[in-house]
Amino acid sequence: MANLALSPTAVPESKIAAIKRGSAGDARFRGMTFVAAFLVVVIFAGIMIALAIGAWPAIMEFGWSFLFSQKWNPVTEKFGALASIYGTLVTSFLAMLLAVPVGIGIAIFLTEICPRFLRRPIGIAIELLAGIPSIVYGIWGLFVFAPFFQSTVQPWLIEVFADIPWLQDLFAGPPYGIGIFTSSFILSIMILPFISAVTRDVFNTVPPTLKESAYAMGCTTWEVVWRVVLPFSRAGVVGGAMLALGRALGETMAVTFVIGNSHRIHESLFAPGTTISATIANEFTEAVGDLYHSSLIEAGLILFFISFVVLASAQIMLRALERRAGGMSG
Amino acid sequence: MKLNRMIYKGRKGRNAVFLTLSTLAAAFGIVWLALILYSLFYNGINGISLKVFTEMTPPPGEDGGLANAIFGSVAMSFLGVAAGTPIGLLAGTYLAEYGRYSWVSGVVRFINDILLSAPSILIGLFIYVIIVATTHRFSGWAGAAALTVLVIPVVVRTTENMLLLVPNGLREAAAALGAPRSAIIKAVTWRAARAGILTGVLLAVARISGETAPLLLTVLSNQFWSTDMGGPIASLPVMIYNFAMSPYEDWHKLAWAGALLITAAVLALSITARILESSKRS
Repeated sequence: MANLALSPTAVPESKIAAIKRGSAGDARFRGMTFVAAFLVVVIFAGIMIALAIGAWPAIMEFGWSFLFSQKWNPVTEKFGALASIYGTLVTSFLAMLLAVPVGIGIAIFLTEICPRFLRRPIGIAIELLAGIPSIVYGIWGLFVFAPFFQSTVQPWLIEVFADIPWLQDLFAGPPYGIGIFTSSFILSIMILPFISAVTRDVFNTVPPTLKESAYAMGCTTWEVVWRVVLPFSRAGVVGGAMLALGRALGETMAVTFVIGNSHRIHESLFAPGTTISATIANEFTEAVGDLYHSSLIEAGLILFFISFVVLASAQIMLRALERRAGGMSG
Repeated sequence: MKLNRMIYKGRKGRNAVFLTLSTLAAAFGIVWLALILYSLFYNGINGISLKVFTEMTPPPGEDGGLANAIFGSVAMSFLGVAAGTPIGLLAGTYLAEYGRYSWVSGVVRFINDILLSAPSILIGLFIYVIIVATTHRFSGWAGAAALTVLVIPVVVRTTENMLLLVPNGLREAAAALGAPRSAIIKAVTWRAARAGILTGVLLAVARISGETAPLLLTVLSNQFWSTDMGGPIASLPVMIYNFAMSPYEDWHKLAWAGALLITAAVLALSITARILESSKRS
């Protein structure tokens, strides 16, 4: 067959060889790209396996009690990560509590209210701020925000809530400046640009016709946002918020400076605490002994699972939105 | 009629309230971010002088600069980008060209996007376990390896996105001339997406230049000038961390100066990336 096709035009041998060489090179290149793509999966699996291996001695030693004990004693080598896990979850939760509404507010402002000529500059400014390294937030928190907070807002809050049951425990003194509350606040400022940028992009996927129809029916701006834009982009907004939560959970430098590194769970939000990442950053290089290292790595493994669940759900939600937006335009 | 007017008023009122609230939210957010930039600039500019670039990190109480830390940061970032870019470029190429519709790509994309926002301190632990613990040495190489792992997902994501923007007509035209697939990719699609891919690399540099946690666990730091990547080496972010946590006034000043340097570098990189991208679009 091949001969029949080739012989009438009499392709010179050298050309056939060149084509063969080309297709061998082709296969090689294809193989290289595949290996590189597969390497991404290998790295991911490698992280999980390496953390599991590193954590193994601690897992064997403490079992499930590692998750439920807040004893963290390097001297007697008794470790439990409850205080770190608690701190991670609480700081992230409080940060989201502030950052999500404000971030969505900024996105609404940018897409619906802001005068057109200001939209681009403000939008770009917010995206640039999302790229500022977290250590800058940390150093600012330590030197500027914590002292300010300690001398003004904290005493005031402690006084205001002093006689209200439950809240008085949540906002109990003394005002250290650093602590869970301060960390949460700095975290929320750090993820704010991120949430606003994602939310704004998601809002922009809403087809203008939908919004115009609602306006034509006589809806107010707020009604358009609440009944058209938000329902349409719900999955994307939630996905964006989850991505931000993933960042907050794993954020190290912005928190380590101002959390106080205390392995005890306090009722008061003004008390010092710790998070998984802050514990690792603070103690890892000074840790002595295999069990101490291993316990820190196990804390990292827990962080890996928590952030995996959050980030994976974020991906699934954003993918769903992408598919729908694609379906709309195509 | 009266009822209608009341409903109308209520709707207008609610509209005004919520729009005011979102404007306030925007003002609130922008004010805090502006405050951070202001104090960064205000405190950092005091510490910036020629010495920062020419002298080593000082012991407490003495004058000095950040030269060793700047060198270490640049060297490790360079290595991280040099190793991560080809891998990311090839992987992104697979996702956009050969395996665009295959299920393998689906998995890789999913995992890549998770790695993209995975806590960087976990990357530090990963490299610690596989390199530092096995060689029994904190080293600049380990730090560069950690940065490589951080670079790859950024480059993969932007490369794929940029290659997908290249119109299929270009690929088909090249294929009609008889070019093999690899030649089409190298000579046509990569070239068409060059500016976009470069943007991705710049963003990756911006991303890693401020990373502290992974370096803290893999490189430690070094008070002195060192070009030996096989041992602990100074880096700007770790230096900022150590100096800021110290009780010494002049170390604080250098920490602010370092933070300002990093922020300026990151902002310059992202702005360049943005300009490249927009020049490509238009």
